[in-house]
Amino acid sequence: MDKAAIEGKLVDLLVDELGLERDDITMEARFEEDLDVDSLGVVELLMALEDNFDVKIPDEEAEKITTVGEAAELVSQKLNT
Amino acid sequence: MVAHNASRVALVTGGSRGIGRAIGELLATQGHQVAINYVSNDSAASEAVAAIEANGGTAIAVKADVGDEGAVAAMMAQIEEQLGSIEILVNNAGVTSDDLLLRMKPEAWDTVIRTNLKSVYLCSKAALRGMLRARWGRIINIGSIAGVSGNAGQANYAAAKAGVIGFTMSLAKEIGSRGITVNAVAPGFIATDMTAALGEDAAAVAASQITLGRLGRPEEVASAVGFLASAEASYITGQTIVVDGGLAI
Repeated sequence: MDKAAIEGKLVDLLVDELGLERDDITMEARFEEDLDVDSLGVVELLMALEDNFDVKIPDEEAEKITTVGEAAELVSQKLNT
Repeated sequence: MVAHNASRVALVTGGSRGIGRAIGELLATQGHQVAINYVSNDSAASEAVAAIEANGGTAIAVKADVGDEGAVAAMMAQIEEQLGSIEILVNNAGVTSDDLLLRMKPEAWDTVIRTNLKSVYLCSKAALRGMLRARWGRIINIGSIAGVSGNAGQANYAAAKAGVIGFTMSLAKEIGSRGITVNAVAPGFIATDMTAALGEDAAAVAASQITLGRLGRPEEVASAVGFLASAEASYITGQTIVVDGGLAI
């Protein structure tokens, strides 16, 4: 799966799972500050990523995620290793 | 609006005997599929499953030490495979190892904290993923009146049970926005194997101090748990319901 496809699916998940507005989501957007996603919401997103992309994201790596782009990058790395 | 009670998958830790067994039986009569966890007594677990099945319910027995992270993970995987994702978790497993504090061995402290408190952390954490996905869940922790008002000779047990109550309030705040409630039920002196070990004299003394004048029955604790698990209790979270016949008033 290429980067653009991962980003597209990630945006779909943010809209479907966390109820975000599609127009608000950019790759630079920070979850907590810009998108008003609380810390539990970030954990839920990572769970959804694991389920939808069939990857395993360890807690240590999950804790470093602050922006949408970082989440996409992490999934991309997991899929290509 | 009439609250609707769907059939769900429930796990009762320490569910083969005593209060846990009564809770499993009640949840089964409410239409839930019940996983009965136990650690050592195979025949008691089989009997508990058979009793539920004889009543037309669905139950499985799952053997696991709930104080062990790996064992809890394996247990959750087994339940998920056989019944589905857990939506009602009853953290009931508990042990006592009573002694005056001055004589209490570190092992007695560690064992009681591990089985009564660490298990609540491990099982709740493991069951939460499914509840978050479902946007619905009930976690009901069995505390004790010892954790509310203390009990001489039970510093370890009272500390663990008071810990359970603090855990209950904290987790309730953490996940309340996701439709998951977390509550505790604190039994007083209930007639089970655990209290029978104290002897008849101790039971008679206890009964004389209880407002209702008698020990409680496991079913009387189970009914409070059944209520908290139901749709009718949808607006209750972070609470501890004391079921002690008025012992602590």
